[in-house]
Amino acid sequence: MQSRARVIAAVLEQLTDQPVIICNGFPSREAHKIADRATHFYMIGSMGVAAAIGLGVALNKPNKKVIVLDGDGNVLMGMGTLATVAALKPKNFVHVVLDNEVYGTTGNQPTISNVVRLEQVAKAAGYVNVERAIEREDIVYEFKDMLKKDGPSMLLVKVTEQAEDAGRVMIEPSDMTQRFKKAIE
Amino acid sequence: MIESDVFVQALQDVGFDFFTGVPDSILGGIIETLMERRLYTPAVREDEAVAMAAGAYMAGKVPAVLMQNSGVGTSLNAIISLNVIYKQPCLLLISWRGFQGKDAPEHLVMGENMTQVLDSVHIPHRTLSEQTLVDDLRWTAQTFMKERVPVALLLKKGIVKSLHP
Repeated sequence: MQSRARVIAAVLEQLTDQPVIICNGFPSREAHKIADRATHFYMIGSMGVAAAIGLGVALNKPNKKVIVLDGDGNVLMGMGTLATVAALKPKNFVHVVLDNEVYGTTGNQPTISNVVRLEQVAKAAGYVNVERAIEREDIVYEFKDMLKKDGPSMLLVKVTEQAEDAGRVMIEPSDMTQRFKKAIE
Repeated sequence: MIESDVFVQALQDVGFDFFTGVPDSILGGIIETLMERRLYTPAVREDEAVAMAAGAYMAGKVPAVLMQNSGVGTSLNAIISLNVIYKQPCLLLISWRGFQGKDAPEHLVMGENMTQVLDSVHIPHRTLSEQTLVDDLRWTAQTFMKERVPVALLLKKGIVKSLHP
């Protein structure tokens, strides 16, 4: 199993100018440290709604593949959005879930994703493609495949609890909105 | 009473072009009209709806979110830690259940405190009336563009025609 930061790096390496929504907490901090692009939208609050933001983008930018980098705690909090995504079926929606089975930002309290298989929940709701991966080569292969296929797709990656030494994202939130809006025009 | 298609047309005329939300009986006629016009994307929770609106705004749309005032409670954290601080404006069209205490028990506390809740988190709001509709919508569009924050319009029963009057 790899660290979340290594998986984020492997995913971002496959992307160029696609819109990426990154959930609050360490995933946003780590992604910002690994590669900061104007097409990245880093969340700092509103836990649970990363996929809903991505859905709002995907429905209105049908010619761009929209990627959501999410966490297990986030998906569990906004689980209804798996149903909304599945019902609306945006072909351009790729949901990557970095599953470390804990609330990492608040001190590694356990979530329940060790019991509940989130990619199976997505599949039951109606996501078109779902995969679970652990090894780097599988992650890269499945993610590249999902970038080509019609979605909605979910790639769930089991990761370790390790967190990078990455500080808070210091971009002013309103500046980030305008930067992202312009970058995906 | 305002016909729902007149009301929806007025919203479109000031620029709104992406509609999502969670239903309420007071909003029934408006949602039916939006669905007929293929403008409505249903959400399952109000926090999901305001986040979809945030995404739609960044994708170039002018979004509106419909909800019962109970949904203000459900979505308040997303509104203040996403839409407000990131300056992602949307119209919050909120049906005012429990207005003046005339409603089912579950609506009374939020109904009594509706404007105070919005005031306390600095969300600009107006209460719609048939006489002031044009001015209310002009104010909404201006505040949306100028402040770039969520703007609330409160809708009491009997202002816009619902499905079952």
